[in-house]
Amino acid sequence: MESTQAKILIRVGALITLVFLYVPLVIVVLYAFNDSIGQSWPIQDYTTKWFSAAWHSDQVRQALPNSLIVASIATLFALCLGSLAAFAVHRFRFFGRNAVSFLLVLPIALPGIVTAIALNNSINNFGIPFGILTIIIGHATFCIVVVYNNVIARLRRTPTSLVEASMDLGADGWQTFRYVTFPAIRTAIVAGALLAFALSFDEIVVTNFTAGSTLTIPKFIYNNMRLPRNRPIVNVVAVAVILLMFIPVYFAQKMAGGSDRDTEEKAVAAEAAEV
Amino acid sequence: MATIAREEPNADARSRASAFLFRHPRGKVGLTLGAPLTWFLVVYIGSLLFLLATAFWSLDVLTSEIVRGFSLDNFKTLWENEVYRTITIRTVGIAAGVTITDIALSFPLAYYAARLASPRARNAVLVAVILPLWANYLVRIFAWKIMLTPNGFINWVAELTGLGSLQLGRSNWAVWITFVYLWLPFTLLPIYAALERMPDSLLEASSDLGAKGWTTFRSVMFPLILPGIAAGSIFAFSLTLGDYITPEIVGNTQFIGNVIYDNVGVAGNIPLAAAFALVPIAIMAVYLLGAKRLGAFEAL
Amino acid sequence: MKGAVRTWFVVLAALAVVAAACGGDEGSDGGATGGGIEPSKTYTSIGEPEGELNLIAWAGYVEDGTSDGGEAYDWVTPFEDDTGCNVNVTYADTSDEMVTLMRQGGGTEYDGVSASGDASNRLIAAGDVGAIDTSLFPEFANVIGPLNPDGGTNNAHYVVNGNVYGTPYMYGPNFLMYNTDEISPEPTSWDIVFETGSPASGSLTAYNSPIYIADAAMYLMTHNPDLNITDPYELTQDQLDAAVELLKQQNAMISGYWALYTDEIDGFVNGSMTAGTAWPINLRYTEPDANVAAVEPSEGMTGWADTWMISANAQHPNCMLKWMDWTMQPDVQAEVSDWYGAAGSNVDSCQATKDFVQELYGKSAVADVDTIRYGYCGNADFLQSLFLWKTPLPDCGDDRGQTCTDYSQWTQAWTEVVG
Repeated sequence: MESTQAKILIRVGALITLVFLYVPLVIVVLYAFNDSIGQSWPIQDYTTKWFSAAWHSDQVRQALPNSLIVASIATLFALCLGSLAAFAVHRFRFFGRNAVSFLLVLPIALPGIVTAIALNNSINNFGIPFGILTIIIGHATFCIVVVYNNVIARLRRTPTSLVEASMDLGADGWQTFRYVTFPAIRTAIVAGALLAFALSFDEIVVTNFTAGSTLTIPKFIYNNMRLPRNRPIVNVVAVAVILLMFIPVYFAQKMAGGSDRDTEEKAVAAEAAEV
Repeated sequence: MATIAREEPNADARSRASAFLFRHPRGKVGLTLGAPLTWFLVVYIGSLLFLLATAFWSLDVLTSEIVRGFSLDNFKTLWENEVYRTITIRTVGIAAGVTITDIALSFPLAYYAARLASPRARNAVLVAVILPLWANYLVRIFAWKIMLTPNGFINWVAELTGLGSLQLGRSNWAVWITFVYLWLPFTLLPIYAALERMPDSLLEASSDLGAKGWTTFRSVMFPLILPGIAAGSIFAFSLTLGDYITPEIVGNTQFIGNVIYDNVGVAGNIPLAAAFALVPIAIMAVYLLGAKRLGAFEAL
Repeated sequence: MKGAVRTWFVVLAALAVVAAACGGDEGSDGGATGGGIEPSKTYTSIGEPEGELNLIAWAGYVEDGTSDGGEAYDWVTPFEDDTGCNVNVTYADTSDEMVTLMRQGGGTEYDGVSASGDASNRLIAAGDVGAIDTSLFPEFANVIGPLNPDGGTNNAHYVVNGNVYGTPYMYGPNFLMYNTDEISPEPTSWDIVFETGSPASGSLTAYNSPIYIADAAMYLMTHNPDLNITDPYELTQDQLDAAVELLKQQNAMISGYWALYTDEIDGFVNGSMTAGTAWPINLRYTEPDANVAAVEPSEGMTGWADTWMISANAQHPNCMLKWMDWTMQPDVQAEVSDWYGAAGSNVDSCQATKDFVQELYGKSAVADVDTIRYGYCGNADFLQSLFLWKTPLPDCGDDRGQTCTDYSQWTQAWTEVVG
């Protein structure tokens, strides 16, 4: 369909974008091995001493578990509430439906600092102690939105004929959900969960205002990134996180990526077969 | 017949509950929506409303207490002082520039992944796009800070290619590049999704009717993927509008977020900060309404 | 569309109701308790340490030997071993951040903060920090004259109405740093950063904080005596406006402001900055890579004296009080002095610094301790000449009454200056 010329142009453009995306990351990785703490390029000497320094750093050992815990719980929370909300908005027509779907875009659409100050204000005023719990509350807010978006997008693409067919065959609500609906949206849930986990693990603005003195990885990075002497350790932590997360992201994408077209093709084939 | 409905324990109770819910749709709504909605209303909307109400209060300088009387003083300050308008225009301008650049950069890659790539290549590209999100937001900002210093990577390349030394170090250009880089994956994914959903049949029909590539793109493809583009643009625009960390690190001018942040500290002027926070909120409200009209909410 | 419009109606209506309903309430929301004449809490005894300590500090004030190149500088580990208090520190770039952090959880999140004068009075007035009984800290007897609560003349940032709100830590000047290669002859006045036609126009820098307005006001004390500015931190609206005019004039010549000290170092090293206000630590870290020198301009200098202050609602007060005592010791201040380049407020620390420096660098480095690079440690006259950072408050403290401008007004003015 596309002319050869167009195809070439597109491929070139795609390559440029990919290079743009990855050059800074490569630089970060290289600087993790930089012997000097200066910033100039090209790098003169390489070393692995920062890796052991990071391994022994008290702060890293404190921040990493905190971040993992917060991200996991916030994601779980978001999975439950986000999926529920997606089902409700997709399936039912009720008063305020538009308002609800609008409200659920707000946490991502509004500037982070507004959310941060609002939550900080409330937490201060109601005397809730700052800590892991308040961070989770802050993170869950936008994690819910991410999961909701992913699930409802998939729900919209899943033909309702499947659900109807299931009901026609005598399955009740729960069975339909378990055997028909859930498999169709499973990968969307995984994609949403992954994105939510990434957002939570990465979050700094809301965390700064809701964490109190609890250390998370982004807070650790924020504290130390600005001091040239501590920067190399931060580079190492960044590299470690990328490597660690590569595996689950890869597998999750494998699950979520291919099946969009597959689901549609199967659905289309099923409908054709029915006719 | 018995083989179709599986025998499950508690099938009776479940079937009855299921049937009940089926006959009482409001109950279903209540059950599924109740928990998330309560959470949202109480925690998020509640906090927001409380903050925004603060915008109508004021700071009594003599006692440095927040006076809870209704007053429009903060808005008067924001209106009378030209600097707040300058800052708002600057922020909106950069946000718009970032959004357009992100869309332009996303499109080829999204198109390639959706329509030209083999399934394996497509997967690889999608992973490649999502992976940078895992390299912490702050680290990505600092990567650019390091690259843009006078003896950093960008200048090194510029000198190699004969462009001479670029003084980008701390400037609005640096802020623009950094924002483009940060939000690129967020913009790309909805565009990719929209392109992927587009049925080949329409494009074939268009070319069968004699339309050349560009005409097909303009009349058929573009309107179909516009919701996806609008959806992607929401992220780039809103995330830029409220960010204060990037300008703080690679910029040398104030953005909306910086002003809000500055007023919350020693100044303790939460009312003024809240009042100024209404500006990006209002801008986003208009933007979201526009995006909704373009169908972005269905394309998220 | 209709649904969205309806939503906004609901939201705005709710807003109006809330705002109106709360109208008329004289509520206090993280604000002061009527000028803070009486401390919200006074600490009179030190009990058993609690095992944890959460601090907010300027970068470089709480070193545990893990900073690269700083293996010799560790005054945290001995403290931890001694008291069993595990120290957790959060760094802040500006006093704004410090105050925001300090107020979290109603002051229960952090036990103490190394407050500079531009924040300390605000913390005191709002009741965020507690007063202490000076008899708990024997080293108070050795605190340099102007800072000493007993008869000191430059301690208004932590001694209010006879109540002492912390222990003095380090102090230093904001001097003029300039690039000796680019600017010659040596400047003698701040006019190089303020007046148009400056040889450094286009490569000037200034400290990015509302408190910098005081530097402009100090300049006007000499160059525009008609304004009758007696204290650069106590400015009436007219005086503030004049200072802002001067700063807007400066803004046109500025290549970049610095808030994080490494920004100024980077600026001087890569040549984008050639003159501007600086801290001793900036000078020390710029010197290896650029030819710079410090100048004490004729109009005088502003300065800062940092005080460890304890939260009025500290979760670990005993650990904090022990930390306050620890950081008053001459040996500790000596290490900080060399690492940070500031002067210790304990006069005994000056000799201790010299000993420490001699051990690390040899006898030739000792003479430096008596220069501005270490803040003229022990020189009371010098300290007295500095216009130490103080939080601008409406109370002028003299016969002008309550007509002075407040920090929130300075913040708005600073927003205008930077643009």
